[in-house]
Amino acid sequence: MAERITTADVVHVAALARLELSADELELFTGQLAAVLDHAADVEALELSEVVPTAHPLPLVNVLRDDVVHRSLDRHEVLDAAPSVEGHRFRVPPVLGEPS
Amino acid sequence: MSAAVPGSTPLSAARIAAAVRRGERSAVEVVEQHLAVIAEGEPQIHAFNAVMDDQARRAAALVDQRVAAGDDPGPLAGVPLALKDNLCTRGVPTTCSSRILEGWRPPYDATVVTRLVLAGAIPVGKTNLDEFAMGSSTENSAFGPTRNPHDQGRVPGGSSGGSAAAVAAGFAPLALGSDTGGSIRQPAALCGVVGLKPTYGRVSRYGLVAFASSLDQIGPLTSTVADAAVALEVIAGHDPLDSTSVPEPAPRLVSRLDEGVDGLRIGVVTELMGEGIASDVRRRVEAAAEALGAAGAKVDDVSVPAVTYGLSSYYLIAPAEASSNLARYDGVRYGLRVDAPTTAAMNTATRTAGFGDEVKRRIMLGTYALSAGYYDAYYGKAQKVRTLIIRDFATAYESFDLLLAPVSPTTAFPFGAKADPLTMYLSDVCTIPSNLAGDPAVSVPFGAGDDGLPIGVQVLAPALAEATMLRAAIVLEDAMAREVST
Repeated sequence: MAERITTADVVHVAALARLELSADELELFTGQLAAVLDHAADVEALELSEVVPTAHPLPLVNVLRDDVVHRSLDRHEVLDAAPSVEGHRFRVPPVLGEPS
Repeated sequence: MSAAVPGSTPLSAARIAAAVRRGERSAVEVVEQHLAVIAEGEPQIHAFNAVMDDQARRAAALVDQRVAAGDDPGPLAGVPLALKDNLCTRGVPTTCSSRILEGWRPPYDATVVTRLVLAGAIPVGKTNLDEFAMGSSTENSAFGPTRNPHDQGRVPGGSSGGSAAAVAAGFAPLALGSDTGGSIRQPAALCGVVGLKPTYGRVSRYGLVAFASSLDQIGPLTSTVADAAVALEVIAGHDPLDSTSVPEPAPRLVSRLDEGVDGLRIGVVTELMGEGIASDVRRRVEAAAEALGAAGAKVDDVSVPAVTYGLSSYYLIAPAEASSNLARYDGVRYGLRVDAPTTAAMNTATRTAGFGDEVKRRIMLGTYALSAGYYDAYYGKAQKVRTLIIRDFATAYESFDLLLAPVSPTTAFPFGAKADPLTMYLSDVCTIPSNLAGDPAVSVPFGAGDDGLPIGVQVLAPALAEATMLRAAIVLEDAMAREVST
């Protein structure tokens, strides 16, 4: 069985998921996630080396359509929904380096 | 059993549409009547995040113009429609009951919305849900919970709790929900309405805000089985905008409703009738089995062993997919942005402020289940269990045409009763297997529990066998009507 999830693990996954947790949240969530993962011990304990995984219930693969030009979303309408735009682009804070 | 809202006059979608098509009732009058019921009951129930009064009145006037001009507006002419607020509506706020999408107005309609409107239906509002459809009580909504019309101290179920409550309260005869692990069927059961999860791929998901893409499916909530059949005929069928939609035309359902269940083999799933299922719920499933038997079906017990692992595997697979799908809420293209000096810090500040606790838990759980060192133990194993569940259902369907099971382990529970996440997750134990298998299932109201609250029973079918499933559902509905009248 995998080791029990720790606060350090939760700090790590929160960072990966771009979430910030308070000390109280960290403790609460660690306990709650551990309880869910403990429940999953029944699945973890199964011997399934011969079983093929299912990612998706439909036997569909590589659905392709004809490469035909058709109407797309209105650019202004899409950009109107953005928090910040400049010209025809989404505006974001600096991506690289530390702020000056 | 009547809805708790006084003055509500629930008319079926089929009756409304028939009257409007014949010109006996105007769509405007139908819509005004429902808006009045909403105005009276909504302050107590809170089924809606937004009521679309003006749009509904305008749409109704257009339907009436078409009738006056001799056109047929379609099989849902003038039928008020409540839409779960994770279905995109062009120009109308679509929030998923999350702060992170508060105020966002989609630039397009979901395909299901387009199809229902083309069939004459009239959207009257966007219904409340557990944030991003994650929950079984609607308590996880950022905008406050919906109350169960049968007992306002209790939850309506979830995540499509607003849609179920809207139908139960007479706000609209037809609602759409989405079902990832039971989110249509469980609230339908708790609110005493019909709730149908179609086969995975049967209904286009273009414009449904994604939660867990290998599980999500849109379906109707209605007050009658026939209405669910009409609605599914309208929304089903291939959509080029959804590459996971099955390349099949919409099935014929309504014309087959009266075929009965004579000779059908129906199995009661023993693994879902044991410990953890309240005795009054079990008794109603047994009564349903008897009613189907009396109608000519051959009913027997059947074992589907792998369903006992459904809950655990679902709560690894669904969060894993959610953690990926919800990565798109980054404060860049739509919704909330909390400013910060760098983009990475802005992403974190936005997501931390915008998501509620349950969404954060599932994102973290999914991120963990997918992370290096744990992928094989958790996500990989869960996907293999999914294969076992599909295999065990296939075995059961060699001997049976349909299966029967509870929907919810209990009737509607009080607010706050399941504050512990794992306890809440156990609400989905009977509904999750159908999502993992990709099969259709329907919750049919079938009497009440010891507390007088509604109980639903679940009819499960193999992929694409909705027509057979609905034949059994309507036999149960008829049997229930006879039980009540005697």
